[in-house]
Amino acid sequence: MLRDAWAVFAKDLRIEAKTRVGLWQVLPFAVIALVTFAFALGPGKSALSAAAAGMCWVGVAFSSVLVVGRSQGIEREHGVRTAQRLAGIDPAGVFLGKTGAVAVQLAVIEVVLGAGAVGLLGYHVHRLWLLLVASVLATIGLAAVGTIYGALTGAARARETLLPMLVLPIVIPVLIAGVRCWQAASVSSAPRVGEWLSVLGAFAVIYIAAGVVLYGQIEEVQ
Amino acid sequence: MPGRLESVEAVDVVQVVALDGGFPVLAGVDFSAPRGSITAVLGSNGAGKTSLLRTLAGLTSVASGTGQVLGVSVARPERGLVGRVGLLGHDTGCYEDLSPAANLRFLSRILRADPRRADAVLARVGLTGRLGTTTMAELSAGQRRRAALAQLILRAPELWLLDEPHASLDGDGRALVDSVMEEAAGQGMTVVFTSHDPGGAARVADQVCTMAGGVVTERRDGERRGPHAA
Repeated sequence: MLRDAWAVFAKDLRIEAKTRVGLWQVLPFAVIALVTFAFALGPGKSALSAAAAGMCWVGVAFSSVLVVGRSQGIEREHGVRTAQRLAGIDPAGVFLGKTGAVAVQLAVIEVVLGAGAVGLLGYHVHRLWLLLVASVLATIGLAAVGTIYGALTGAARARETLLPMLVLPIVIPVLIAGVRCWQAASVSSAPRVGEWLSVLGAFAVIYIAAGVVLYGQIEEVQ
Repeated sequence: MPGRLESVEAVDVVQVVALDGGFPVLAGVDFSAPRGSITAVLGSNGAGKTSLLRTLAGLTSVASGTGQVLGVSVARPERGLVGRVGLLGHDTGCYEDLSPAANLRFLSRILRADPRRADAVLARVGLTGRLGTTTMAELSAGQRRRAALAQLILRAPELWLLDEPHASLDGDGRALVDSVMEEAAGQGMTVVFTSHDPGGAARVADQVCTMAGGVVTERRDGERRGPHAA
């Protein structure tokens, strides 16, 4: 399973490195979303600073739909999925590999949006470790959920609209917990951080486990 | 393995009815192919040739009928055929944004095969040099077909299901497909392919089946003088 996961992970990132869809399409979208939110909130520094974490995570969540759509699209085209299924690739490995590749792309988006929040919105980082741990857990959760639902909606004709309609409501706990952790990371001390980190961790573990167990059946149904 | 049976026939199915989205695409097919043989399936468009191949690959659900494919029940193949059947359809089964070489390297990792074998296979299908490193999307239809064939050669499954493998290929490409099928059958693998060229198909096949309306209507010997020749 892990060997297949690594092969899929490396292949997906290789395709992204070649096509640069994430770099030229998804990343600009995320930045534009951040800037648009900033304009909508107005020039008040304190309002922007307070909303920076939420703006970043909404941007990441929207971007995740695009990244997942692309990630599943390359499997759907030209009979790739059928060929690999017949070749005996481990579906759990496919899930882990694709989740990992989506997570790496989301992490890049988070770095850019985080830098934008610091540079443009006045967001301050006091506890970097909290920011990093929360980001890693939230990214894994977003990537796992997106990959599961991306496979589920893969055969649907209206998949482009179906995917965000299914994924975005489900990732609300990640958004809330991610925003709370980023807000807590911008001050020297904040209560209940451990609880929000637990939410992110549990979410990631549950959806990774669900994907490992169910991904093969989802692909067979599709 | 679920429903596993033993037989000298690689494929032996009786009265198979298969549904695709509720529509019957096979209407009671009787079909068999000995191990190590080459079988050509002829028929007009919509006769059920592709559906037969997909059913034998375990990709289309069987509503009724009995029999086995590589010892696995045709009615309940579940995952019993995974890794043992290869299907060359109208799609290439390759990533468009990768080159044939990169596609084969990826497949090698999945199969735990020697990566050097991928290079040998690429040379076998004539995709050497720049052709091997050009992305699939930039290749011609014939070259894409060769890349798809390369995947199948690398996999070397027990049962080869080829849907119009000669389509889009020039004379050299057609000869390549014929020699690859001959080679596979010579190594004990079973080949079933569809064609719209009765004369050409009969020359390379041990048996020729004709389909119409989702059933096999005629079965005769081909001209190949393999171990299964009469």
